[in-house]
Amino acid sequence: MTATIDRGKATEPVTQIPTRPRRSRRRVSSNSLKAVMAVSGAVLVFFLVAHMAGNLKIFAGAESFNGYAAWLREVGYPLLPHRGLLTILEAGLVVAVVAHMYSAIVLARRAAHARPVKYAAKVKSRANGYATRTMRWGGVIIFFFVIYHLLDMTFGVANPEGHAATPFARMVAGFEPARWYITVFYVISVVMVGLHLRHGLWSALQTLGLARRYPVLKASAAGLSALLTIGFLVVPLAITFGVVR
Amino acid sequence: MNLTLKVWRQSGPDDDGRLVRYEIEDVSPDMSFLEMLDVLNERLILAGDDPVAFDHDCREGICGMCSMMIDGVAHGPQKNTTTCQLHMRHYNDGDTIVIEPWRARPFPVVKDLVVDRSAFDRIIQAGGFISVPAGSAPDAHATPVPKLDADSAFDAATCIGCGACVAACPNGSASLFTAAKITHLGLLPQGQPERGSRARAMVEQMDEEGFGGCTNTGECTAVCPKGIPLDTIARMNADYLRASRKSG
Repeated sequence: MTATIDRGKATEPVTQIPTRPRRSRRRVSSNSLKAVMAVSGAVLVFFLVAHMAGNLKIFAGAESFNGYAAWLREVGYPLLPHRGLLTILEAGLVVAVVAHMYSAIVLARRAAHARPVKYAAKVKSRANGYATRTMRWGGVIIFFFVIYHLLDMTFGVANPEGHAATPFARMVAGFEPARWYITVFYVISVVMVGLHLRHGLWSALQTLGLARRYPVLKASAAGLSALLTIGFLVVPLAITFGVVR
Repeated sequence: MNLTLKVWRQSGPDDDGRLVRYEIEDVSPDMSFLEMLDVLNERLILAGDDPVAFDHDCREGICGMCSMMIDGVAHGPQKNTTTCQLHMRHYNDGDTIVIEPWRARPFPVVKDLVVDRSAFDRIIQAGGFISVPAGSAPDAHATPVPKLDADSAFDAATCIGCGACVAACPNGSASLFTAAKITHLGLLPQGQPERGSRARAMVEQMDEEGFGGCTNTGECTAVCPKGIPLDTIARMNADYLRASRKSG
């Protein structure tokens, strides 16, 4: 038998905090979406490394550069059809870009939802700064850059030489000194990509739970993004300044 | 010293709320931030006004109740310090200080600077525990724990659940809080049987409460009064992804 001693407030039934109605369990967790961003981002980083290596062949001359472009379309032939491997890679890139952007948009919306009332005082950043804060808008700028870049170099629509010309001719015409403003646009965009990577590289490992030894990790991320940025910048700059013609 | 305060006043959850300006004179540099607010409240009460409601309890930096966004920084300008341990000597005569409550959808304002942080309780309820037969205390050396693990687990266990991580996070994410508990228990042998299910349940509850996702900005750890490190979040992510892979 249980005796209850009345101790006033102390023995009163506890008012339960009402739990809010549960939302659908099928909602993909933010952590899973971040993992999608990390993996798709990693795919795009590997692509960037290969893309940079290909670009740098321009310093070996027109033949080498055009030859590399032709090889990309022929590799694996006759096992694979013409452009076979390239088409598979392109499809993979499109999937990665779409997955990366879709997750980013969902997460940005959830983040906005999580803070309905903004602070009146300007929120001071106490952590590492610029690269992290520009991830979202930087990503949007990079997206528009990629569209222009494809119209310029892949489809030749925005290129003075057009689609029929060799890749080398398109490249040199695209960055000729008279089109210096295009070079400026590319430089700004590539720097944006570099900033995006500076945070993205170590952030991806953190998201996948693989991050260790942060000072080394962050320095490596900064180093690799600097390397990619410089690697991508030297080509248009060399053409605009007449080193490659 | 004389200060100008702009304090968020909101009479209840349904009020819109607004910043109200108060001039406060003769603030001693030896006062803590909360003592300065106590002085303000005494004057408000004497004048027949409603005092500013704010959460506080231990006033020695270990309970996690005091929660204020001071000039856009959670717990104010002093690193590794709760609001109650912040002293007025860090301010100068004539300063204007803006004081706001934590801002996050899962932390609704109760009154003025007081927010309801029950969402944290529900995250802990979801998995922030170990299931053991509770009897008499076991012998201290019954379960060996490597020294480094014990230290890291203890560092994570120092989280006081104040909510500064959420307040400072641009995404309103509760990742540092959740990760601290997952790390604390996940590093110890007693926490192993439920390690995967704990990570899943707590992460999913965090989402359900309406907290945002982590973008690894590091703002949380920068304002955390206990300096909970960012690697706890990596551990949470690893545990969560491993558990999700296993059970689909």
